[in-house]
Amino acid sequence: MIYLDYQATTPLAPEALAAMLPWLSGPEAPGFANPHSPHRYGRAAAAAVEIARDQVAALLPPGGRIVFTGSATEAINLAILGRRSRQVAVTPIEHAAVLDTAQASGATLHRLPMRPDGIVPADVAIPEGTDLVAVMQVNNEIGTIQPVDALADAAHRAGALFLCDAVQGAGKLPPHADADMIALSAHKLYGPKGIGALWVRDGVELAPLIHGGGQEHGLRSGTLSPALCAGFGAAAALAAARIDEDAAHVAVLWTRARALLPEWTLNGSAEKRWHGNLNVRREGLDAARLISDLRDIAFSAGSACASGSGRPSHVLRAIGLTDAQAKSSIRIGFGRYTMLRDLEDACVGIAAAAAAQGVCSG
Amino acid sequence: MDNPLYLDHAASAPLHPAALDALVEGHAIWANPSSPHAPGRAVRAALEDARERVKAALGWDGELIFTSGATEALAIALGRCRLPLVAVSAVEHEAVLRLAGEAAVLPVDRAGRIDSEAAALAGLVTIQQVNSETGVIQPLGEIVTAVRAAGGLLLADCAQGAGKLDLPPADLIAIAAHKFGGPIGIGALLLRDWSLLSPSGGQEHGYRPGTEAMPLARAMAAALEAGHGWLDEAARLRAQLEHGIVAAGGSVIAAEADRIATIGAYVMPGMSSAAQLIRFDGMGIAVSAGSACSSGSMKPSHVVAAMGIDGGGEMIRVSIGRDTTQDHIERFLGAWREVAGSRRAA
Repeated sequence: MIYLDYQATTPLAPEALAAMLPWLSGPEAPGFANPHSPHRYGRAAAAAVEIARDQVAALLPPGGRIVFTGSATEAINLAILGRRSRQVAVTPIEHAAVLDTAQASGATLHRLPMRPDGIVPADVAIPEGTDLVAVMQVNNEIGTIQPVDALADAAHRAGALFLCDAVQGAGKLPPHADADMIALSAHKLYGPKGIGALWVRDGVELAPLIHGGGQEHGLRSGTLSPALCAGFGAAAALAAARIDEDAAHVAVLWTRARALLPEWTLNGSAEKRWHGNLNVRREGLDAARLISDLRDIAFSAGSACASGSGRPSHVLRAIGLTDAQAKSSIRIGFGRYTMLRDLEDACVGIAAAAAAQGVCSG
Repeated sequence: MDNPLYLDHAASAPLHPAALDALVEGHAIWANPSSPHAPGRAVRAALEDARERVKAALGWDGELIFTSGATEALAIALGRCRLPLVAVSAVEHEAVLRLAGEAAVLPVDRAGRIDSEAAALAGLVTIQQVNSETGVIQPLGEIVTAVRAAGGLLLADCAQGAGKLDLPPADLIAIAAHKFGGPIGIGALLLRDWSLLSPSGGQEHGYRPGTEAMPLARAMAAALEAGHGWLDEAARLRAQLEHGIVAAGGSVIAAEADRIATIGAYVMPGMSSAAQLIRFDGMGIAVSAGSACSSGSMKPSHVVAAMGIDGGGEMIRVSIGRDTTQDHIERFLGAWREVAGSRRAA
């Protein structure tokens, strides 16, 4: 099996698993303690949580704090619902976690324009009355990098706060300094599933969604898992240490994969892009059939969350693709642990399976 | 740490070795369970298998939503139940009390129990199965009958009882894995029928968005399957503990009530909870002043106050688990006598 779906989730880094294990102890060692208990075992667990908090914070700008959550989806919910925003501006290529939450919040939704290369114009006008602008740093389907610094400035000029969904970008791209809130997921940066975080700039007020024991400064009740925090922290520290190396590795993979799929059209910008995401299409291709034909290669037709719905991707539509073009698009996602040889084999297999569908070349 | 003695299982229990194995094995397949490709389907299958195993181990034939813990499960139930919250008991966990709003607060008697007739209301009634500080078990069988007869629904917070006691016949039930040997970071909301809640969209049948943590779900199932055959021994050890505490001048909160075998609350007259905790902690003994979430704040227990009992400020909770032994209890009793003796000397 060749795994090429790094936007859906990444493998757990061995370093992250190693960091988790001391906090997953049985009765022989007190690493399992509740980090909110005041006894020494609880305090040791709480210290592990704080070390992890610093490690995750190091991926983000100074001047804010990390609130650990159960997922990035929950972090986004906390950011949008916790601000009680009345008017939210979004790009049409945001993840469902942003679009659905903004819709469900009852806020008026403003959709910012989208260019065919999958990037919001940096000089976009923020509609008057907007109180929150939510834009992703890197798109999960087509990998395009948004001009979040310029958009954060525009949001601030319009009197709005800026929420950045950095799920796909954190640990891969340098942090951007101007956001007010940033949502992260551990399992997209080689950490464990079951934990995310919301970075909140100092002074930004939020109302909690989950009440109870008052953990995380009252913003998110529920017992924190020292193991998940430690795994997230170790993954974040590793990503920060390897940021150049990881980027160089995916650049090599990207160049080779593009060369092996010369007849495919790229969806989204080639330059302003995280190069671990190759989203391509061929006219006449049935992407769903391609995926089911290639049982030994795990890749996808869009986001994991929307897959199975059978609906054409809202992201590909937003950049101007027809439904037919969207259904002939595939997403190949690779990263730190992808071997060049495996990616080459997969591209050759994908090209052959497409040819077997009778897709004309050129 | 020198010779630790952990008697705070109600805050968090050790991870069962089978749960650790399941967690590590689960991390070996890392696909997203919503992905349609083969590894994604394998993770989905493992997740659904874990769901069925959790339900089977609990004897629950309704639906199950995996959450990050009991607090989130309670928040989902309280936030999206089709009936409004009309009553909670006075001894509920903070996760419930903070959302109680205008709901009636049902009093408890000196044994910590609510009157089931008082819960006969035509809305959502939220009552815990086991109190996290005193171990008192509520008569949820009678309560659910009364609630249903009035046209209401019962949400039971079973964080402390699940995996140890049979589940009550409630409509909605919140549980947390780390109280029964599973990992911190996963719990579940059990519901009799999807129609009891309005959906949110996203994963978990549209009731809990966010990528599901299959390794945690597998670990939760493994912990439950390890069973609770040790509870008889726990009951014996606790009886011994309480005999020793009473002999040394302490008292047992709700001694006569029906209590879970793993939790007890004890008063050491003349010494504050905080002072006791510091002394025990210095001896390497982990106990607590109440629930872990509120114990950092050192507020006197709202639970004991609601029971109309003095001594909440001098109370500690001792909670035992699967691995607690006779030696542990004897060591704790020795420490108790030492701490109590120093109080008189002072």
